[in-house]
Amino acid sequence: MTPFEVVDTGARAAGPPPVTPKNLPHRGGEANPSAKALQEKFAGAVKRVEVIWGETVVYLDPASVKDAIGWLHDDTSQQYDYLSDVTAVEYRDAEAPIEVVWHLRSLPFRRFLRIKTELRKGEPLETDSIYDIYRGADWLERECFDMFGIRFRGHPDLRRILMWESYKEGFPLRKDFPLRGRFSRSEQLRQALAQNPEARYSMEELSIADAFAELPEDMRARLNKGGRTGE
Amino acid sequence: MSKRTVEVELSTSGLDRHGRPQRVPLVTNDGGTAIALEPPPGVEPDLEGEHMLINIGPQHPATHGVLRLVLELDGETVVRCIPHIGYLHCGFEKIGEYRQYNQIICWTDREDYLNSLGNNVAFALGAERLFGIEITERCKVLRVIAAELSRIMSHLVWLGTFCIDIGAFTPFLWAFQRREEIYRLIEKWVGARLTTSATRVGGMAADIPSGWMDGLRRFTHTFPSTLDEIDRVLTRNAIWVGRTVGLGVMTPAEAVNWGLSGPMLRASGVAYDVRRDFPYLDYETYDFDVPVGTSGDVYDRYLVRFEEMRQSVRILVQAAERLPDGPVNIDDPRTILPPKSKATSEMESMIHHFKVVMEGPRPPIGESYVAVESPKGEKGYYMVSDGTSKPVRWRIRPPSFVNLAAIPKMVEGHLLSDVIAINASIDIVMGEIDR
Repeated sequence: MTPFEVVDTGARAAGPPPVTPKNLPHRGGEANPSAKALQEKFAGAVKRVEVIWGETVVYLDPASVKDAIGWLHDDTSQQYDYLSDVTAVEYRDAEAPIEVVWHLRSLPFRRFLRIKTELRKGEPLETDSIYDIYRGADWLERECFDMFGIRFRGHPDLRRILMWESYKEGFPLRKDFPLRGRFSRSEQLRQALAQNPEARYSMEELSIADAFAELPEDMRARLNKGGRTGE
Repeated sequence: MSKRTVEVELSTSGLDRHGRPQRVPLVTNDGGTAIALEPPPGVEPDLEGEHMLINIGPQHPATHGVLRLVLELDGETVVRCIPHIGYLHCGFEKIGEYRQYNQIICWTDREDYLNSLGNNVAFALGAERLFGIEITERCKVLRVIAAELSRIMSHLVWLGTFCIDIGAFTPFLWAFQRREEIYRLIEKWVGARLTTSATRVGGMAADIPSGWMDGLRRFTHTFPSTLDEIDRVLTRNAIWVGRTVGLGVMTPAEAVNWGLSGPMLRASGVAYDVRRDFPYLDYETYDFDVPVGTSGDVYDRYLVRFEEMRQSVRILVQAAERLPDGPVNIDDPRTILPPKSKATSEMESMIHHFKVVMEGPRPPIGESYVAVESPKGEKGYYMVSDGTSKPVRWRIRPPSFVNLAAIPKMVEGHLLSDVIAINASIDIVMGEIDR
């Protein structure tokens, strides 16, 4: 019998043990060294670097986000191996671009970095998926697509996650989406009643099992065309 | 997966000479009684092609909320799992854009409702970074007490429901008895049990009442005996071990890449604890250990959460010792409400009261992401301010959402009955996942 293994993380990383940040300045202050490394490596892609409340924000060109994050993940001097979050911000100012935000952590170096890219409204809201780099991006990118309508190129299964798949009201976290929703209660009820209650499984799910062979002819035809049940 | 042998001794105390629960050796050990556990069988050739589609949830007691899992089965073996979430989606983040910062605290109660105190603390920390506020020393210690109490509470609920999912009923009652004690303590402090709303930007809703610390000390003194009791019943129980060892294994590299956090990540052997690696509330000054598993299976997750409760008790004892006197709230009338007696008698305080309630405190333009170690994992609040009293964006980084995303990988190749155990080991709260 060996005692329960207790590992002290303080011994793992180099440098002094981390402490609670105190008296952070609003702007300025010491930037994360990775920001400088990114500026050297991707000189044309880094638009600007800001330090807000001690957190470093790197604004990147949308086209090079995937390369930069891939480099941060793979390079031995950076090792950003942990993806905390993928989300987006839309400002109340209608002219301001929508920002896609990635929160990255380097567990070996105990660093935290925020990557941002700006997508102009009026242009397609698209950026590269980092699914290949972090599998944890799977649901986070789906949620971002569901809530903001940002398409992540290269995501293998980019569909709605919190809202149902036949949801037609748009993207709830966009500023032009009213708090109470787009459709009236009666319209929502009408749509709910128009759904087929027998359609428990999506076409995709039916296609994975033998159930496919037992489907009626018209359903199979719809499935082959890529349609979904319940719509 | 290599073959693992686990010693099963029902008669031992379960503690080593340091008083810690004994670790069940997960490698072959020739001494003592041992049961051999084969890895879960793969797809049986004679059943190949006979796939079945089965639906679990959204209304099912073992899915811990309104989670729906669509499973493709080959015999009893799971070939593929498709989770469906969103049944509890209420648009917390959208509502937050229409609320002042102190009003959002009430919404943080309702997302991960087993850890409402911890969420209150996390949100207040995020908002205070956005406001540029440094809270008082007493407030810090009180928040540590709140966070650790709610960690124990959340783990007790997890432990109890996990036991029931697997078929053990007694530990559920023991766990919920102790949880009730914490609820009584919290009720005395903030007046509510579940929806606590205990913090405010810049302080707490209330200081602890007199005599409250005695109740806390009584709890920290007696609680470990309950843990020992549950430990004796479960940790080396042959049925328990048989139902948990070798299930839902995530290797350290996988766990990091899938973004797992909290006990899920640490059970896989990655010693990442936000309290230790990115400290807040002066956690670096507390003496506690970060338990880390070795094999990343359901059994290790159980051991890690179990040990975390003991460590939380350690932190609580230290916090109770060091709780300093002094004010709880910061001295800033722009963010903190004046005392009621002053608001009704002094003109200036009345104006401050009116401004704080009607307009709300205004942070400068900026943004902050503050993550804390919630019982489920890394819980982060990302707030963006445009200088008004309501955030432009309030984002919850939900640890169970990211942890649940790995369930298709974890259940693949396991039996249908093990899906329940694996799902329970993630410790999901649908309120937090759907938000």
